[in-house]
Amino acid sequence: MTIMLERGARQGGRAQPGPLPRLLAGGRKLGEHRATYGQIPLRRFASEDGRRKLVRAVTDAGLRGRGGAGFPTGLKMASVAAGAKRPVVIANGCESEPASRKDKMLMVCAPHLVLDGAVLAAHAVGADRVYVCVERGTSVADRLEREIAHRDDPVKWKLVRVPRRYVSSEESALVHLINDGDGRPMAAPPRPYEKGVGGRPTLVDNVETLAHVALIAAYGPEWFREVGTRSDPGSTLVTIGGAVARPNVYEIAPGMRLGEVLDAAGGAVEPIGAVLVGGYFGTWVPMPDGWGLPLTHDRTGPLGTSLGSGGIVALPAESCGLAETARIVRYLAEESAQQCGPCMFGLPAIATDLAAVAYGRCDPATRQRLTRRMAQVKGRGACRHPDGATKLATSALATFADDLETHMDGWTCTGVSRDPVLPLPDRRHRDRSWK
Amino acid sequence: MSAPNPEGLRLQVDMIKCVGHASCAELLPERVTLDEWGYPIIETDPLPQHLVAHARRAVAACPTLALRVDGKVARVR
Ligand SMILES: Cc1cc2nc3c(=O)[nH]c(=O)nc-3n(C[C@H](O)[C@H](O)[C@H](O)COP(=O)(O)O)c2cc1C
Ligand code: SF4
Ligand code: SF4
Repeated sequence: MTIMLERGARQGGRAQPGPLPRLLAGGRKLGEHRATYGQIPLRRFASEDGRRKLVRAVTDAGLRGRGGAGFPTGLKMASVAAGAKRPVVIANGCESEPASRKDKMLMVCAPHLVLDGAVLAAHAVGADRVYVCVERGTSVADRLEREIAHRDDPVKWKLVRVPRRYVSSEESALVHLINDGDGRPMAAPPRPYEKGVGGRPTLVDNVETLAHVALIAAYGPEWFREVGTRSDPGSTLVTIGGAVARPNVYEIAPGMRLGEVLDAAGGAVEPIGAVLVGGYFGTWVPMPDGWGLPLTHDRTGPLGTSLGSGGIVALPAESCGLAETARIVRYLAEESAQQCGPCMFGLPAIATDLAAVAYGRCDPATRQRLTRRMAQVKGRGACRHPDGATKLATSALATFADDLETHMDGWTCTGVSRDPVLPLPDRRHRDRSWK
Repeated sequence: MSAPNPEGLRLQVDMIKCVGHASCAELLPERVTLDEWGYPIIETDPLPQHLVAHARRAVAACPTLALRVDGKVARVR
């Protein structure tokens, strides 16, 4: 596995970290990591006052969660720290998103940056225990366990091997798994930051978010803001796939245009019809119109596109975006935890309608029903799973509107017979159980 | 006619507990309709004062204790 970076070569010397890469500049081993990033600056943030200073540094840096929602990390830390009981930290490294592998790469290439960030986050909120959650059946958990053994940290580490299911990495599902051995999402309230593991306030942060926390603690909020945009500062990892020359994980600055990001991955290898931005809870951006769309964790453009979990897939113009979407929504429907009616019944119904649209058995009634069902399902699950799935489907209907007309006229495009471009996990690598 | 209640009380449902039994839609049609699978679509803005008591009745009638009336907002993001 190679790492290719958007710009700049590795900048050695920790006194002056270069613009980019930031996250992937260190090493896999603790010694290399310390040589690049130095010791964890815990002493600088000693005592109660220090904790508050650290939360403030993260807030001032403007860091936003890299797990999908883009929520301000400092704000979440402050809420957790304000709880009555001693908090707990969960490092979310599950990355159940099939179109993303940036978290796995980060945990393999810079495990100690993630672990440093988790120690610092625990310190900031006053936690003494960190649960590191990773999907089971990958080598990442074993590697992390080995690296943790080399460290001497003021927290108790616990590695949690999470079922390989799309929704088991949702934050309340992780809390549920740790508390009761059941990896299905739970209803809110209470939310994990109020009452999570063992009834304690629980800070759930994506592993990349935690790595940024380590950088902010070491180099400060001003340094952090040197790249990115005002409302979405810092660098961010994206996984670029599909019809580009060099599909891989890249570290980019939010605000970069979609076209520039594709160029960083070697550019298109055939004409691109649309790009999926934000993984399977994301949006389809039409190309070439969307070339200049700036990518950030803010919603931009007519479809409310955001970087989300950072999965970006370039779809060839020859492929059928409706068929691709139908296949992914079917997968998401199968991944439902089957607890909430609208998700349990709505997502399969939407997937079936989409397949009908894609494979040319579409009529105006199907299309109307599809639109109605998507509106009905959105926002009505205990977790955001149905919202993500309907967001993807809604953007497909908008972006592939012309194709839809063709399909409605009874024509099936040749794209449906092309091999699918969007990645899905092998069925053998998916768990059926929630334990 | 429909002044909101002063405490900002809302009718909300725990979709995991709800089994689509639909008694809520019968008791409070002003705020609850059903989707095509029989699950409640609930208007979650603060209740008008004159419906608070009715909403509480619907809460009490739900066989799975899936409904509640309170001021907390379940989903912020
Ligand atoms: C269905 C579903 C799946 C999710 N999967 C992941 C995941 O694999 N990794 C992750 O970091 N966050 C995932 N999230 C988001 C988490 O619930 C949570 O918001 C996140 O870990 C918080 O970290 P952040 O603030 O650093 O982004 C998922 C959310 C949903 C609704
Ligand atoms: S919305 Fe779907 S995935 Fe989320 S808890 Fe309900 S049934 Fe499970
Ligand atoms: S009465 Fe309760 S279980 Fe029945 S539909 Fe309403 S909320 Fe769901």
